[in-house]
Amino acid sequence: MDIDRLERFWIMISIAVLAALMLAIVYSVRGFGVEVPTDVGQVDPRTARETEPFNQPGVRQVGPGHYEVVMLAEAWRFEPSEVRVPAGSTVTFRLTSLDVIHGFRIPNTNVNLMVQPGQVVEATHRFNEPGTYHLFCHEYCGAGHHIMDGMLIVER
Amino acid sequence: MTRANAAGSLSPDIPYVPAGSRRIILAYLTLAMVALALGGLVGPFQALNSIGVNLYDYLPVTSYYHGLTLHGVLLVLVWTTFFIAGFLSLVTIHGFQRPLSSRGLERLAFWSMTLGLLVAAVPILLNRATVLFTAYPPLRAHPAFYIGLALVVIGTWLLSANVFLTYRDWRRENPGKRTPLIAFGAMVTLAMWDLASLGIAVEFVALLIPWSLGLVEGTNVLLARSLFWFTGHPIVYFWLLPTYLSWYFMMPKQVGGKLFSESLARLAFLLFIPMSLPVGFHHQYTDPGVPTSWKLVHAFFTFVVFFPSALTMFTVLASLETGGRARGGKGAVGWFFRLPWKDPSVTAQLLAMILFALGGISGLINASYNLNLSVHNTLWVVGHFHLTVGTAVTLSFMGITYWLIPYLTGRALYSPGMARLQAWLWFIGMALMGRGQHWLGILDAPRRTMLSDAPYYAAEWLTPSYLVAAGGIVLTVSGFLYLLNMALTAWASRVPAQVEVPMAEPLQDEAAMPVALDRLRPWVVGSAILTAAAWVPMLWYMTVAHPWTIRGFTMW
Repeated sequence: MDIDRLERFWIMISIAVLAALMLAIVYSVRGFGVEVPTDVGQVDPRTARETEPFNQPGVRQVGPGHYEVVMLAEAWRFEPSEVRVPAGSTVTFRLTSLDVIHGFRIPNTNVNLMVQPGQVVEATHRFNEPGTYHLFCHEYCGAGHHIMDGMLIVER
Repeated sequence: MTRANAAGSLSPDIPYVPAGSRRIILAYLTLAMVALALGGLVGPFQALNSIGVNLYDYLPVTSYYHGLTLHGVLLVLVWTTFFIAGFLSLVTIHGFQRPLSSRGLERLAFWSMTLGLLVAAVPILLNRATVLFTAYPPLRAHPAFYIGLALVVIGTWLLSANVFLTYRDWRRENPGKRTPLIAFGAMVTLAMWDLASLGIAVEFVALLIPWSLGLVEGTNVLLARSLFWFTGHPIVYFWLLPTYLSWYFMMPKQVGGKLFSESLARLAFLLFIPMSLPVGFHHQYTDPGVPTSWKLVHAFFTFVVFFPSALTMFTVLASLETGGRARGGKGAVGWFFRLPWKDPSVTAQLLAMILFALGGISGLINASYNLNLSVHNTLWVVGHFHLTVGTAVTLSFMGITYWLIPYLTGRALYSPGMARLQAWLWFIGMALMGRGQHWLGILDAPRRTMLSDAPYYAAEWLTPSYLVAAGGIVLTVSGFLYLLNMALTAWASRVPAQVEVPMAEPLQDEAAMPVALDRLRPWVVGSAILTAAAWVPMLWYMTVAHPWTIRGFTMW
């Protein structure tokens, strides 16, 4: 098979660029700890409200400077819809859905989750600066999808 | 090749294509254009909604999301699939220089797809299937929606069976001959699609149809979603490969050049069969229930599937360059401007390529695992696929019809000038809209959302939304000009068409081309093994470990 000299050069550049990008991803996961959600277990949406930890939606402190936010998503609200944590804390969000698939997006963070019935989903983020985050559902969940939102308030 | 009868109407005499096949091909293309018209009509309403202008009261749809379902289903599923069915039928017949093997199968494929379309259209139009084209359970549509779409998929299988039978007939009479390039392109596309469509077929037939009929109470949401993406990513190559077929094997001829490298062109095509499939979890990076290790494996293969597209960029540009230089173009870039920009078919496809480069790069960002966290489910993704399927594929398909419809009807394109303007307007409209959508995505604006009524609408979203709205209006004008030109060609053109199916010759006759580049079977078998390795363990885990008890909801 004849391969033109320039084309051979192009092939090597393509492979090198793709390999470099892939290595950059692996480095950002290992080096900076920016990780996507993984499999953390299942829960039956019919009994989720009676099941730990979803029987107590809300914020609780689980360690020094570490908080856990347990939330339920259902059409078209989050429960609780307002959450307060102190600045400088690390927050683990743990959600499930009681009906259809929802999304959970906190703008300007790496918190970006699909919230599905039957599945528990988790993400952790550190909030350094005080401020208010207007979070929302970003997966189509029916006629009121666009009004499904919540507030995360990082207090001084 | 075209004769006018006494009444002045033109009836084409197309080599190899029986009259019945010609009618079916034209019917596929007509249905595709009807879908483009109806689905496209909703577009500007969505684009204007993002700047807070809500005109849905003037559209006969129930809601923003009803319109959005129509837009997605009609454009990404119907326009593409029906165009491809017609185009690949012609390409197969012309490539092998013989009719399709079975007339019965040809008709059955057409009627299966058309009946499926009608069956699915009823609940969609009646707001009984407002689940968007992704149809994620447990949003539950009317059963006719799933049954209709399953029939469309079955129709594509019947079409591909016919294409492979035609190949068998041709091979029997032409032992040892190399498969004609355009027919080879059609076969690779369909072989890839047959493997890829198994996911959605299992999802609909085994899970969603019985569940929507009430035969079972619950379903397995994540399994269904994963089966959807088993098909949902390679489906983009089902759209893209016919586009590449035109770019590689037809456009060099249209610009007066040659195919730069036959063996690398064939290799790029063949690589898409294995590499299209083990990538679907890159749509589910933010999903629960899927271990990160599997997401990373699919991320890796997604980067691998960029490789044949990189090959394509080189070979297609090098082939175009041979044309530009043959036409007197000089210098590193001078040849590009010497290409026959007067030919609307060429203009449309060249412009499609330019935006495809940008769409491809934003796709690399989507694919980049944790980087996806900053763009997943934002309008960035919408920008990405409006540049890819909405421009690279759609504008190329429009460009193809600028010779294909005259070829099939025997009537010259009504207005080449209007066609050139249309292509430029599509390019400008998509450039504006794509820029606005990518920008909005960076600013976290969610996709598939009625932004005009969203309480979290951020002030900084307004400026890029104006780009989206402006682009949407330009695109509406362009789409209207396209359909008008097609209609005038079919009904008002009185000039006989002087067109042929463009078929590129390779630059050099490669006597030593490896025989593996003209065989499908080893590639398909290898792909099946790789696909099984990349999917079956996770799908099996979901089947046994994830709940099957999720009830359906009608939330609209």
